[in-house]
Amino acid sequence: MIRATELTKKYGAQTVLDLPGLTIPKGQSFGLVGNNGAGKTTFFSLLLDLIQPTTGSIENNGVEVRTSEAWKPFTSAFIDESFLIGYLTPEEYFYFIGELRGQSRADVDALLEGFQDFFHGEILGQKKFLRDLSKGNQKKVGITASFIGNPEVLILDEPFANLDPTTQIRLKKILREMAGKREVTVLVSSHDLLHVTEVCERIVVLEKGRVVRDIETTPETLKELEAFFGG
Amino acid sequence: MFKHFIRLQWKSFVRSSSFAANLWIKILMGFFALYFMAVFLALGVGAYFFIDDAGLGDPLRVVNRFLFYYLVMDLYMRYMLQKMPVMNIRPLLYLPMKKSQVVRFSLGKTALSFFNWSHAFFFLPFSIVLIAQGYAPLSVIAWHLGIMALFYVNNFLNIMVNNQDRIFYPMLLVLALLGVSQYYGWFDVTEYTSPLFDALYDFPWTAVLPWGLLAYVCWASYRYFRRHMYLDAGLEMQKTTAKTEDYTWLNRFGNLGTFLKNDIKLIRRNKRSRTTVITSVIFLLYGLLFFTGSLEVYEATVWRVFAGIFVSGGFLFTFGQFVPSWDSAYYPLMMSQNIRYREYLTSKWYLIVMATLVSTLLSAFYLYFGWQAYLAVVVGAVYNIGVNSYLVLWGGAYIKTPIDLTSNKKAFGDSQAFNGKTLLLTIPKLVLPLVVFWVGDWLWNETAGYLMVALAGIAGFGFKDIVFKRIETIYKKEKYKTLAAYREKAA
Repeated sequence: MIRATELTKKYGAQTVLDLPGLTIPKGQSFGLVGNNGAGKTTFFSLLLDLIQPTTGSIENNGVEVRTSEAWKPFTSAFIDESFLIGYLTPEEYFYFIGELRGQSRADVDALLEGFQDFFHGEILGQKKFLRDLSKGNQKKVGITASFIGNPEVLILDEPFANLDPTTQIRLKKILREMAGKREVTVLVSSHDLLHVTEVCERIVVLEKGRVVRDIETTPETLKELEAFFGG
Repeated sequence: MFKHFIRLQWKSFVRSSSFAANLWIKILMGFFALYFMAVFLALGVGAYFFIDDAGLGDPLRVVNRFLFYYLVMDLYMRYMLQKMPVMNIRPLLYLPMKKSQVVRFSLGKTALSFFNWSHAFFFLPFSIVLIAQGYAPLSVIAWHLGIMALFYVNNFLNIMVNNQDRIFYPMLLVLALLGVSQYYGWFDVTEYTSPLFDALYDFPWTAVLPWGLLAYVCWASYRYFRRHMYLDAGLEMQKTTAKTEDYTWLNRFGNLGTFLKNDIKLIRRNKRSRTTVITSVIFLLYGLLFFTGSLEVYEATVWRVFAGIFVSGGFLFTFGQFVPSWDSAYYPLMMSQNIRYREYLTSKWYLIVMATLVSTLLSAFYLYFGWQAYLAVVVGAVYNIGVNSYLVLWGGAYIKTPIDLTSNKKAFGDSQAFNGKTLLLTIPKLVLPLVVFWVGDWLWNETAGYLMVALAGIAGFGFKDIVFKRIETIYKKEKYKTLAAYREKAA
C-alpha cells in the first residue's frame, strides 16, 4: 500500500506537486494521466526516493521511503533509460538485476521465456550492447527487467510510449493479468488515455501537480477523460 | 548561411556547462592558461640561447632533430583530447543547408582549435630570435611556415584517424620502441627525419611541400566527411559486437561478485575507462624518472616513496577518484535497486586493491635499479592499499561530475574534480607518507623509514570500517544532489 501525506514538491516558487492525501491500496492497478509538467514523473521519483519532497512524506508498505531503504527489495521500476546499463548486453543486464533481487539464473531464464513474443527476436542473442539498441528495444528491456524478482510494487513511467503495436498489446495483457491476481500494486503513467483505461482500474488525473479527477474505471471513463482533456 | 553557423557556435560556447563553472575555478584555469603561455613564450625566446650555451650545436638543427617527436606528441595529444566536430553536425542534416557547407564549416572550425595555434607561442618567438641572431630571414620564414603547415596536417590527420583504435595503439607502440632505441643508441629515427626539417631551412622553396601536403589532407578529409555524412555512416556512433560474458569465477564473492563483474565489464567496454587503465600503465613508468637518476631534483630518497606511491597507485588515483561517477549514467537505477552502499563500496575497493597488487607485480622490473627501488614501490603499494584506497573513495564521494563513458572528453583533469575537500584529502594521500618516511629516515635510517610507511599502511587497515561508515554517510547525505548533478548531463 502506498500513502502520500501532505506531499508537496516545489522548485523555487513553483509548486510541481501537491498531494494532501493519496492512498493506493495493495494490489490496485493505478493509472496516472496528465499533460506534460503535470507532476507524474515527479510523483514516481518521490516514491523511489530519487528526489526529496519539500514537505510531507510518502510511505510504501508502511516504510517511509526517505528514512529507510527497506522498500527496495519489493519495489521495482522503470522510469527512463537512466535505469539501463549501456555497456551490458540485454542478457547480462537481466542477470545483473536478477542477482540483485536474489533470483537465480534459471529463475531469470524462466521469466524471459514468457517474454519471447514480447522481444520479437530482437533482444536476446543479438550481440549488441544495450546502448546500441533502438529506443523501443531499450524500453522493452527496461520494462521486462522490472518484472524480475516478483516485485510487490511495480512503477512504470510512460511504458507504452515508443513501443510497437504488438508489444503494446502484449504489455497491456501482462499488466491486466497482474491486476487480476491482485498481488502486485501496479503504477502506470501515460499520455495515452485509451491504454490507461484498458489497463487500470483506477485513474487519477493530475494537473499542475494537483489531483483534479480520481475515477474508478468504467466503460464510460475514456469518454469522460477525452472530454476533460479536450476542454 | 555562415552567420547562422557562427551564431550557433557562439551559443554552444557560452552556454556550455564548463563555462558556467565556479568563478574561482575559471580564474584558476585562466591563470593556468596564462602560466602555460608564459612558459611557452619563455621557452621560445630562451630555447635558442639555452641550446647555444649548452653547446649542443646549432639550435635550429637541434630543434629539427626533436621536431619529429614533437609532432608525434602533438598528434597523440590531439587524439586524446581534441574534440571532433562530427557529432554537432547531426541536427543540421535535416535543415535546408548544403552538405558541403556544413562540412566546410565544421572542418574550418577545427582549424581555429587551441591545438593548432598554441604552437605559435613557441615557434613564433623562436623564429624571431633566429632572425635576430643572423639566420637568413627568408629561410627562417619558410621553415616556420612549413612547420606550421605540418601542425595543420596533424589536425586533419587526427580527424580522419579518430576512433580508429586499431591503427592508433600499434602506432603508439612503434613510437615507444623508437624512443627507447634512440635513448639507448640502437637506432636513431631522427637521423632520417631531421634532414627533412633541415631542408625547409636550407632550401626555402621546399616549404611548398608541407603546404601541398596540407592542401591534400584538407581535401581528403573534406571528401571523407562529405561521403560519410549519413547517419548510418560517418555520423554513426561506433558500434561493437557484444559478447555476453559470465565471469563465473567471481560468483564465489557472492553479492560482491555481482558488482565486480559489472565493474570489470565497465572498464573493458568503455572508451573512457580504457583510457584510465592505459594511463595507469603509464604511471608504472613514472618511477623511471626517479630511479634512473635522470632528474637531479628527485635524487633525495624521500622522493622514492613518492614515486612508489604513484607507480603502484596509478589505477587507484585515476579510477578511484571518480567513484561513484563511473556509474553516473545509471545512478537512478543503482539508487532504487536492492543495493547496499556498503557492498557497492566494498566491490570498488576490491577492484582498486586488485589493480594495485597487479601494478606492484608488473613493476617488478624496478629490481633492475636495485632492491631499494622495488622496496619503495612495495611500500608505496602497502600504503596505497592500507590508507589511500579509502581516501580516494572518500574524496570521490564529493565529486559529482557525470562521466560520459563513451568519450574521452575531460579524461584528463576536470575543473569540477578540483574542489577544496578533495584537495584537502591529498594531504594524507601524498604528503603524510613522505613525512612518515622522512621522520624514520631522520631518526634511524632509510630502511626504518620504509618500514614506518609500511606500518602506517597496515595500521590503516584498522580504520577501514570507520572510514567506510563515514563514506556511507556522505553518500546518503549527498544522494539527491548527486542524482541531480548526474541528471544534468542527460538534459
